Amino acid sequence: MSRPPSEADLHAYLDDALTPERRAEVEAWLEAHADDAARVAQWRAINSGLSEMYGAVAAEPVPSRLRALALGPRRSGFGWLPIAASILLALIAGVAAGWVLHGGSVAPVGTAAAALPRDAAVAFAVYAPELRHPVEVGAEEEAHLCQWLTRRLGTDVKAPKLDALGFKLVGGRLLTADKGPAALLMYEDGDKRRLTLYMVSGAPEPAAAEFSFAEHDGVNVFSWFEGNAGFALAGKLGRDELLKAARATYAGFKS
Amino acid sequence: MNVAAQMTVGSGGLAALHSAPFLEGVDGLVVQTQHLIEPHIGSLRRYARALVRDADRADDLVHDCVERALSRWHLWRGEGNLRAWLFTILHNVHVNNVRRDMSAGRPVQMPDGIEPRATPASQDDRLMLNELAAAMTRLPDEQRQTVLLVGLEGFSYREVARITGVPIGTVMSRLSRGRERLRELIAGPDESKIRKAK
Repeated sequence: MSRPPSEADLHAYLDDALTPERRAEVEAWLEAHADDAARVAQWRAINSGLSEMYGAVAAEPVPSRLRALALGPRRSGFGWLPIAASILLALIAGVAAGWVLHGGSVAPVGTAAAALPRDAAVAFAVYAPELRHPVEVGAEEEAHLCQWLTRRLGTDVKAPKLDALGFKLVGGRLLTADKGPAALLMYEDGDKRRLTLYMVSGAPEPAAAEFSFAEHDGVNVFSWFEGNAGFALAGKLGRDELLKAARATYAGFKS
Repeated sequence: MNVAAQMTVGSGGLAALHSAPFLEGVDGLVVQTQHLIEPHIGSLRRYARALVRDADRADDLVHDCVERALSRWHLWRGEGNLRAWLFTILHNVHVNNVRRDMSAGRPVQMPDGIEPRATPASQDDRLMLNELAAAMTRLPDEQRQTVLLVGLEGFSYREVARITGVPIGTVMSRLSRGRERLRELIAGPDESKIRKAK
């Protein structure tokens, strides 16, 4: 033992703030000095007591006034409304947004913006669990796949590289959306987790590129509009990880 | 599937364009700040509850913190630790509240008693938690903050120094004095003198 631990060393030992060498020294000291070991154990008991008393607060549902503040007013408080009424609200909000964004000309932004993440989540839920036929055209025919979907959607379809995030293209398929075709590209990582990129064309261009987050039945979705196309990346990934993938996808379409 | 709540999300993003602040992403994309703040609300509430005990006052504190964070979003540069930045704001709001309450002559001392818990505790556990809860109310505010930021929220000493706006040495001494005081209050003064007697 080179030197006896200071008071600060004992706390830093508990708080895991020592270098491995110093940590080993303090550990050896504590093995030989029961009184200090008891004090550290009591400090540790204080920490676990605090976690026991307050830990559950972090997992409590966030009160509506805080949610409303943090997520914007439209996110909260409408859960109890009948579906039809809330669709109407979404439409009104969308039309109002469209009105403001387009300097008075009403564009149906709201319908497209509201439908996109929902449709993308449904497409994910339907196709991502598929073992034998997840896609119509596989990644080995990527060039053909993209040409085909580009032609059908009338907008440029690419398969952005998500390799840096561990996801590789599985393939894609053509789907139907409200007003026409939609494209679905599927990615998979080494743990067999899947991501789907859902694309529609003919969407009105919003004022600024913006990611919107939504969650539908455990499927997280980031959606955005760019040019005349709507994009939605869906998966059962954490929000941060999905946001990274969304950024990479966005960048992939820009290049 | 809760369609009702979700249907409104997509358009909310667009409508929020005019009111909500945004973070300029590295690739020029704008991400709604709310998406970044929301994941931290749970731990802000936990800390606030432990700090002021009263659930409503704690949520008022978090509310003011989030409001201030949204209005000062331009000061956040998208680098470093967002959680620590939010805690810094919460800390400042709290310190201002305490100062205001003191100058208004309002009692700052917190009520004794223990929070209701989800899991039933054994008799000993319950006793220890009751004593800990009571002991926490008897710490000076700075020591209570430091003990909680380190022990409950897991911030590093450096982060706590930044959050509370004091040198790291002050963090260490507050932590040390706070924990020793808690230990004395819980264990009784005799036991705590063991080390000094040696």
